Amino acid sequence: MRRAAFDNKGAAEPVGTFVDKVARHARTVTDADISTLRKAGLSEDQIYEVVVCAAIGQATRQYRNALAALSAVTGRN
Amino acid sequence: MRLAILDHGHGLRAKAIFVLIRVFSGHPVVDAVKLALYRPDFYRAGGLTQKAMRGPSEWSVADRELMAAYVSKINETEFCIAAHTATSALAYNDGAKVSATLADLETAPLAEPLRATLRMLGKLTRENKVDADDISKVLAAGGSEQQIKDALAVAFAFNVTDRLADVFDFAVDDLGAINAGAKYLLQRGYR
Repeated sequence: MRRAAFDNKGAAEPVGTFVDKVARHARTVTDADISTLRKAGLSEDQIYEVVVCAAIGQATRQYRNALAALSAVTGRN
Repeated sequence: MRLAILDHGHGLRAKAIFVLIRVFSGHPVVDAVKLALYRPDFYRAGGLTQKAMRGPSEWSVADRELMAAYVSKINETEFCIAAHTATSALAYNDGAKVSATLADLETAPLAEPLRATLRMLGKLTRENKVDADDISKVLAAGGSEQQIKDALAVAFAFNVTDRLADVFDFAVDDLGAINAGAKYLLQRGYR
């Protein structure tokens, strides 16, 4: 589940939808989203881990994209 | 916060630190600190953030704090906007400069390399990608390759932190606690 959260790919529902929201629209996450995960059987620690992995995954994709754009300009890695 | 474990699930060592913070700062423990001290074996961002924000760089500490505030503004993360607006304003000793930047990047009194860099970070944060043209504009404005790398490290740190602050629903502290936090971040950093 951690890997799927990091990749924003392949997590079973309702985690998949939640992970995508954390990655792309974190500001819009609500109490109801967290309740949905609890009702699906996730513990607080599992929710914590999913959120951390989803956040780091999205920031990593942004960072790698920008470094690739920089390399394209400078010709250096 | 939305998860009770982040308020009350800490070990004894962290709880002891919280007591010390309350006693010596005179303010409640901010949610960012509660997160930082929860399961540091799983998520420990302090070292990486410290390196990005306080490590050697052609950018000043004030510039990097402004980048943190600007990225947080794009993400609309109230906790981080407040914290890093205050820290940047204190570091520059110029609150008007920070306010002007967050209100309108294009007219703010900034050096062009910093303005171009913030513009690029804003696009990266908003759209999750930039292209070679976006990078070339920063270089053309006088930003160096290393400055771009350093700025991307700041953006990485705050694109993680902003998401955590929003999803866990960090409380925005009162002005006294925000300013005390800004002083702490300038004196002690993120470790």
